[in-house]
Amino acid sequence: MKKQIIVGMGSCGIAAGASKVYDKINDIIIADGLDVELKKTSCIGMCYKEPLVEIIDTNGRFLYGDITEDRVIDLIDKHIENHEPIKDLIVDSDMFEGSEKAYFDGQVKIALRNCGYIDPECIEEAEEHKAYKALKMIANKPILCETIIQTIIDSGIRGRGGGGFPTGMKWRFARNNRCKMKYIICNADEGDPGAFMDRSLLEGDPHAIIEGMIIGAYAIGASEGVIYCRAEYPLAIKRLNIAIAQANERGYLGNNILGIKGFNLDIYVKEGAGAFVCGEETALIASVEGLRGMPRKRPPFPAESGLWKKPTNINNVETFANIPYIILNGADSYNKYGTEKSKGTKVFALTGKIKHGGLVEVPMGVTIREVIFGLGGGIQDDKKFKAVQLGGPSGGCIPEHLLDIPIDYDSVNSTGAIMGSGGMVVMDESTCMVDMARFFLAFTQDESCGKCTFCRIGTKRMLEILTRITEGKGKEGDIEQLEELSEQIKDGSLCGLGQTAPNPVLTTLKYFRHEYEAHIHDHKCPAKNCKALLTYEIIPDMCTGCTICAIKCPTDTITGSKKEIHFIEQEGCIQCGECYSRCNFDAIRIY
Amino acid sequence: MRINRIQNQIRETEEESSKLVEDLSLIDLLIKKYKNKHGNLIPLLQGVQSIYGYIPRDAFFKLNKEVGLELSAMYGVATFYSQFRLNPVGKHIIKVCHGTACHVQDASKITDALMDSLKINDGETTEDNMFTLESVACLGCCSLAPVMMIGEETYGKLTNKSSVKVIKNIKIQESKATNKE
Repeated sequence: MKKQIIVGMGSCGIAAGASKVYDKINDIIIADGLDVELKKTSCIGMCYKEPLVEIIDTNGRFLYGDITEDRVIDLIDKHIENHEPIKDLIVDSDMFEGSEKAYFDGQVKIALRNCGYIDPECIEEAEEHKAYKALKMIANKPILCETIIQTIIDSGIRGRGGGGFPTGMKWRFARNNRCKMKYIICNADEGDPGAFMDRSLLEGDPHAIIEGMIIGAYAIGASEGVIYCRAEYPLAIKRLNIAIAQANERGYLGNNILGIKGFNLDIYVKEGAGAFVCGEETALIASVEGLRGMPRKRPPFPAESGLWKKPTNINNVETFANIPYIILNGADSYNKYGTEKSKGTKVFALTGKIKHGGLVEVPMGVTIREVIFGLGGGIQDDKKFKAVQLGGPSGGCIPEHLLDIPIDYDSVNSTGAIMGSGGMVVMDESTCMVDMARFFLAFTQDESCGKCTFCRIGTKRMLEILTRITEGKGKEGDIEQLEELSEQIKDGSLCGLGQTAPNPVLTTLKYFRHEYEAHIHDHKCPAKNCKALLTYEIIPDMCTGCTICAIKCPTDTITGSKKEIHFIEQEGCIQCGECYSRCNFDAIRIY
Repeated sequence: MRINRIQNQIRETEEESSKLVEDLSLIDLLIKKYKNKHGNLIPLLQGVQSIYGYIPRDAFFKLNKEVGLELSAMYGVATFYSQFRLNPVGKHIIKVCHGTACHVQDASKITDALMDSLKINDGETTEDNMFTLESVACLGCCSLAPVMMIGEETYGKLTNKSSVKVIKNIKIQESKATNKE
């Protein structure tokens, strides 16, 4: 067997230096004339160990983490030429326990089944990993459309984009429409800041999404497909286009697909132009039609009148990625995971102040604590956990005492957050919750399309109040006004963006009201994050009189001469933090 | 809403950009490709921007004349989506990620450091037209936060110093390139 070296080349891997590693390995292979096959794959989800390099030889597979450019020579020298695996760098392996075994063991990979295991630009490899097998099964038997829809309903899968509407039901609505021309759209406009599940799927296993769309198109009777993808994901767009061309060549797309008479489907990629609101179905359709992406009133739902006024079915990337697995293995193989009302698995993007940031797929029903402290390894630098943000700008912050709730749609909703698309941003004690709420409001305010008055102006007023609070100019009654505005925006907005925009404020008010009060009444930021509310002071015992702070102070408010204890005049201090970051003796205290 | 931001920009640079004359024949192929296709407005504008780096004022008029798109519809779309620019940009566009994960990891410090080093504000272009500094919502490399993207290259786990160093390296490369010429 020829040895294989596989380099993880997802966007995040490349950002960590994977392409340089790939080039270097390639150079060595050519220079030394090694009999090794060098391949690429995409993200396996273990972003905190990037760049990742996998070696497969007669002894099995060895996954190495943290393989930077300077470690390449050593790795090839020891493992390839002398058959001695470098144990310290192995994160997972067939032969012995890697350091990150727990990270893999805790996961159930269904949507991510091929991510990081196949070369996403090679359809043969995807086919070896069962790509298009479900489609072939449908074509060979043949399976009726209604049976497929029933299988999807039985599997219990709900829309993974955040809404959580049962996918099978959505398909049935579209199926029941008698119109001849129907569309199927894949929503890959992953706009949630702090979430990258869809990007990894699109980059890592584009064929799974295309196959899911083909099966969906067959079930509902659609003949044209659109993948609406963010322009910020150039690699995903490139790989999708390659995959579509390959699928066309193989007859998975085109006319009379796999011999099914009258089943024609073409799929093309539509690049988004950067608007968060286009994640909403009707706004997305407007954008595909070349208009401003503004949502419209529903009904009529897209299943009746969608793209070009024709029945349209829209599902999220992750939803489509699950479909081939469900069809191939049966509904039971999927609904055996999860809780009563939330079946299957869910992919989460673990980010923020967490040790093991990356992508994880877990069965519904595990607790948030298990994900953060089990798979995620806990908080960076072993600081204290404060909150986890679920659901992006539409979601909320969940405090520590609620960490043991199971992850399913209904339990998460009961906290005031939402499941969302799967972003999980972990915050520690140094994150200010008022600032967090302000951050999300700034985002939604900027992204509001402007159609509904309450969303357009309401979010602006809320942002002004929040900004004022973080600048230490909070007033009595601000909290109450925030609550009042929140309710009005929720009631007075047409689409999900507006209806959920106040969630970050409402949840932080619910669980961290004391932080708001500290800002307003005591003019203090408990997390020591809001600059305007900080006081800088020199600790006399620690000061050596090196004068660096006095030299660097932009307002010359630090007094003291050489080798004498310095002093900050509070009146002139602008809280820039320059003295704090310059001091070499930890002699500056913030409170 | 974005329109305020964009309109402010226009007022500032209207005089400068009116002096700039672009070769509009470059978009003829694009027009040929998309003319008479429905839903062509956004792909056309995206195509124009990929040629010039922004959408020149005259390009709107040309599209209006040759494709028949309404000026108001085009301007509406161009000011709605964050991707479109109505002003010329620098050779290198620095996109600093301000997504949630990057925000938590103090992305604003990176922007501050870059503003300091380039002596421009967020959203502006340096005098030599070399760099444009932008804040973007999320680049999807959250686990490497804070992140920035220059051209196709993404830089992760930034600090104030390392981000400024990246810019310095580009400057050095650029000056080497001009010296060679």
